[in-house]
Amino acid sequence: MLQGIPITHVLIVSSFMFFTGVCGFIIRRNMITILMSIELILNAVNINLVVFNKYLFPDQLQGHFFALFVVGIAAAEASVAIALIINIYRRLNSISVDKVNEMKY
Amino acid sequence: MNILNLLIIIPVLTVIGIVFTKDFKGARVAAAVGMTLQLITAVILVISFFAQRKAGITGEFLFLSDFTWFKTLNIHYSVGVDGIAVWMLLLASIVVFAGIFASWQVEYLAREFFISLILLATGVFGFFISLDLFTMFLFYELAVIPMYLLIGIWGSGPKEYSAMKLTLMLMGGSALLVVGLLGLYFYSSAAGPVTFNLLELSKISFPLAMQRFFFPFLFVGFGILGALFPLHTWSPDGHSSAPTAVSMLHAGVLMKLGGYGCMRVAMFLLPEAAQEMSWIFLILATISIVYGAFGAIWQKDLKYINAYSSVSHCGLVLFALLMMNRTSMNGAVIQMISHGLMTALFFALIGMIYGRTHTRNIDQMGGLMNVIPFLSVAYVIAGLASLGLPGLSGFVAEMTIFIGSFQHPDTFHRVATIIATTSIVVTAVYILRVVGKLLLGQIREKEYLEFPDAKWYERISVVVLILPIAIIGFYPSYLSSTLLDALNPIIERLTAML
Amino acid sequence: MNYSLTILILLIPFATFLFNGLVGMKFKPIVSGLIGTIGLGVITLLAYLTAWQYFFVDGMVGGSFPKVIAMSMEWLRLTDALRIQIGILLDPISVMMLVVITTVSFMVHIYSLGYMKGEKGFERFFSFLSLFSFSMLGLVIATNIFQMYIFWELVGVSSFLLIGFYYSKDSAVAASKKAFIVTRFADLGFLIGILLLSYFTQTFDFKVLTGTDQSIFAQTAGVSFLGMSVMTWAALLIFMGGAGKSAMFPLHIWLPDAMEGPTPVSALIHAATMVVAGVFLVARMFPVFYFQAPDALTVISYVGGFTSLFAAAIACTQYDIKRVLAFSTLSQIGYMMLALGVSGYGGHEGVGYMASMFHLFNHAMFKALLFLGAGSIIHAVHSNVMQDMGGLRKYLPITHITFLIACLTIAGVPFLSAFFSKDEILVAAYEHNKLLFAVEFLVAGLTAFYMFRLYFNIFWGKETHYHHTPHESPKTMTIPLMILALGSVFAGYIPFSKLVTSDSMPFESHMDFGIAIPSVLIGLTGILIAWILYKKESKIPERISKSLGGFYQAVYHKFYIDEVYMFITKKIIFNCIARPVAWFDRHIVDGTMNGIGWITVTSSRNIKGMQSGNLPQYGMVFVLSAIILVLIFSFLI
Repeated sequence: MLQGIPITHVLIVSSFMFFTGVCGFIIRRNMITILMSIELILNAVNINLVVFNKYLFPDQLQGHFFALFVVGIAAAEASVAIALIINIYRRLNSISVDKVNEMKY
Repeated sequence: MNILNLLIIIPVLTVIGIVFTKDFKGARVAAAVGMTLQLITAVILVISFFAQRKAGITGEFLFLSDFTWFKTLNIHYSVGVDGIAVWMLLLASIVVFAGIFASWQVEYLAREFFISLILLATGVFGFFISLDLFTMFLFYELAVIPMYLLIGIWGSGPKEYSAMKLTLMLMGGSALLVVGLLGLYFYSSAAGPVTFNLLELSKISFPLAMQRFFFPFLFVGFGILGALFPLHTWSPDGHSSAPTAVSMLHAGVLMKLGGYGCMRVAMFLLPEAAQEMSWIFLILATISIVYGAFGAIWQKDLKYINAYSSVSHCGLVLFALLMMNRTSMNGAVIQMISHGLMTALFFALIGMIYGRTHTRNIDQMGGLMNVIPFLSVAYVIAGLASLGLPGLSGFVAEMTIFIGSFQHPDTFHRVATIIATTSIVVTAVYILRVVGKLLLGQIREKEYLEFPDAKWYERISVVVLILPIAIIGFYPSYLSSTLLDALNPIIERLTAML
Repeated sequence: MNYSLTILILLIPFATFLFNGLVGMKFKPIVSGLIGTIGLGVITLLAYLTAWQYFFVDGMVGGSFPKVIAMSMEWLRLTDALRIQIGILLDPISVMMLVVITTVSFMVHIYSLGYMKGEKGFERFFSFLSLFSFSMLGLVIATNIFQMYIFWELVGVSSFLLIGFYYSKDSAVAASKKAFIVTRFADLGFLIGILLLSYFTQTFDFKVLTGTDQSIFAQTAGVSFLGMSVMTWAALLIFMGGAGKSAMFPLHIWLPDAMEGPTPVSALIHAATMVVAGVFLVARMFPVFYFQAPDALTVISYVGGFTSLFAAAIACTQYDIKRVLAFSTLSQIGYMMLALGVSGYGGHEGVGYMASMFHLFNHAMFKALLFLGAGSIIHAVHSNVMQDMGGLRKYLPITHITFLIACLTIAGVPFLSAFFSKDEILVAAYEHNKLLFAVEFLVAGLTAFYMFRLYFNIFWGKETHYHHTPHESPKTMTIPLMILALGSVFAGYIPFSKLVTSDSMPFESHMDFGIAIPSVLIGLTGILIAWILYKKESKIPERISKSLGGFYQAVYHKFYIDEVYMFITKKIIFNCIARPVAWFDRHIVDGTMNGIGWITVTSSRNIKGMQSGNLPQYGMVFVLSAIILVLIFSFLI
């Protein structure tokens, strides 16, 4: 299916996704959105892993497996994060990151 | 079983025993029992060591035992003692024993207090029996860390500040030591596998460039503990804030770890650099001697006076070590023992007097001789020992040092000796100033008349310290000759290049 | 030749010291007193037996008295060559000193039984007396210079303890402190002297040092420092120790203050025995001084001469009777030092040495008598000051007679003991140095004057009304007075030139009437002047002192030496050294350490703002840093 599509195209897509995620992570204030940005970053990385595996070592599968691990961890991370966010919301009545800045010094 | 392991096991068992006691009374009894056993063990060790020597066993270290602890890095738990270490162990056990009795009245968190104190003691004992530099360092750290808690929790005055200062400065010393020890460790690969073992390291002659680089690290690292000018300022603050037993143990034994380490590690393993660089440290040590003595004149707090006096006396230890001949080094070790006993006695008495007057400012006290004669007489004896009265240990140590140092063929060294001798006058001035203000004269306050003289536990503590001072003072030749024998390997290595 | 019992001379006083010091308070006070006294009585007997055996039974070997090592054991080995021995050396001067010390000490012990009766700390007093006797005896029988130094320090500390016996009195505490510190300072010189001497000769042993073999000093040849040979330095430094103990100018300041101690102590330590330790030291080392450091001997003679004049002048103006006696002691010790300084070695050349020892012996008797007499007077009138006394001859007959005998002796009245020794000293001075002879001649007159000023003021002069009638002291106090009076009359007939000489060989000495007659005359003149001025109450002395004005004030204030010392110690040492050192330590050295801590704390406080807790900011920093790092690495590679 990927035959004929040069690697650069795929990398452009993944880079675009990655930086969208980074920008979202930095700019947005809503924690859910930040979590979604992180998912974007992780998925951009997943795309890279799969693509490089496919183009560089077509007869091996490490990249794919690695991507699957990342998906698993991302799911776990999302559940933890959402649990945290719910707790923060209960406590502060807000899920804006600006309000959560007590962990300093 | 090797008797040396007992010296570690007894304190550890005592700590475990204290954990199971109910209140402060149980804790102090458990500590006293443990440390009495420890003292007995140390005495047996000394006796059997010299019995073996007499039987013709000539190895430098006896009671050797070795146990591989961390194979990958070739770290061993390796123990053994020579003629110097046995005396230092005896000194340490006497001081700890006296310290327990001097802190008989600690009630606040007494179990924790005694646990920390005995852990501290464990570190000291471990240091003296270790032949592996890594475990030696480990025990050294074990001694420093309870110190922080002991001063910070049970201390007086600005205790948090003092505890922090003392611990950080000693840790600074440790940092230097680590560099030096690692230097020794990695350069030991020249003769087989890398090792921390003192005996194996002592067979290697390290390249001069390496010695020059690492000697200052080791010497200064131990020197901080030995209150080398200008790195001595932890001593006045730390000692004055520390509880009685900790001051005793710290000034009496822990400061000796510095001198012992300088001799046993820095100078013994890196002799050429020691010869080459001794003049720098000699100047610093001479400054320590005179400067500490003058510093003591102006102080008003009893513990400060004694802390500065310790700076002066410990300066004399380093001074004598750096003269690097048999007599002066012998004097240095006698001075370590003598000063250990004497300063422990001082701090014990200061603690007891403070417990009655609730002040340590000499301007606010006076005439104590009338009300607490036992403690006052003991204080005078300690003072006389400190200013070097014949018949007490201080004289033997100082004279051995002065005569030994003056045999040095170099004029610079002899001039330094003459400068150092002036300290005996300054010492007399500050000792007599304290004795005059504190003990003699009119009784200052009415309430002094109610003071009880020494209780039985205080008497034990004082007598146990005075006895060896007098014994060394009267009959020094046994101690001195055994030390001379033990010093031979060090001297040989130091003078091999000459 | 068996002197094995001499070891007891050291052991008995030490045992009584320990007994009285440790368990004395458990018994009645008199027990300690008796134990101390009996112990001392035993060793007095032993000392006499030793002297008898040494001088008259064993006698001379090959024309001279030998140096006998009665006992010696190694106390501490310093180097292979330098070993500290503790032993007993018997030679003429040490045997003589044994006799002097035990006699005076025994007398003082008996006297103290009465004088100190009922005092708090009776057993403490006797234990300190035993300690002193032990250390002083150890000092004189030392076989080597280091043993001497050991006992030298012990003597210093027992003097400290005894001066400060009344420790509740601030003046006594100050005096004891002063005495110890001044002598300690002098001992520093002694110690450095020992260091120098032992470094070059590699021995401590007196027998070697003072022996005929001078090759041990070969090392010192050509070694000099600041233009003086090293042996001169060593000798002067050793003399500095002696000058400190013997209170020679300018280290004399402690002795007058030391009179704060109980009077028997002043008699024993600060008149008869300890203060002559310096003279003894020079005498002991005399061959070293004479052959190796003649310049040092010259210094000694001038120091001695100056001190004797200086102290005699001050003694004329003091009112505290013990202080007059203290300055008189200074003056007499100055005599002895001078005699040593001008002495030669061997035969009649060494007359100064012999005279010095002779005078030391006589001085111990009559000065102990004077002090004990003064103690008896103080005991009776409860005051130290001359103005409170007068006409006491009626109340204190025995004290009066014995005191008079002592005054006549010290004034050099013919056929009393000091007449002979003083004459020898003047002869020695005359033969070597005319200036010093003139000084001593003058001092002889001054001595007679101030002693009889004292005598007339106490026993004659104005009739004073006492609160309660003074009464003669108890037997325990008067018997020692009488015995010592006998001593000071007859001690002069001991043939010293046959027994105690510089090279231990006897020589013939004879009276030199050309010097004896003028010196007796000037002594009598002094007595006469005192008679005129003080026999009856009169206004003349006051007028004389007024007319002298500033000079009198200067003398009365002891030439302001104490003030100079106070200035040096208080102002210079305390304020200009100790205080800056303490300040430097707190602010510079410790300040640096605290500064390091401060820098750490402050810098961390300043950068902690970066830890804002703001998540997007962290993200921003993270991403930007990552980009920057990527750029850097891509350029680097």
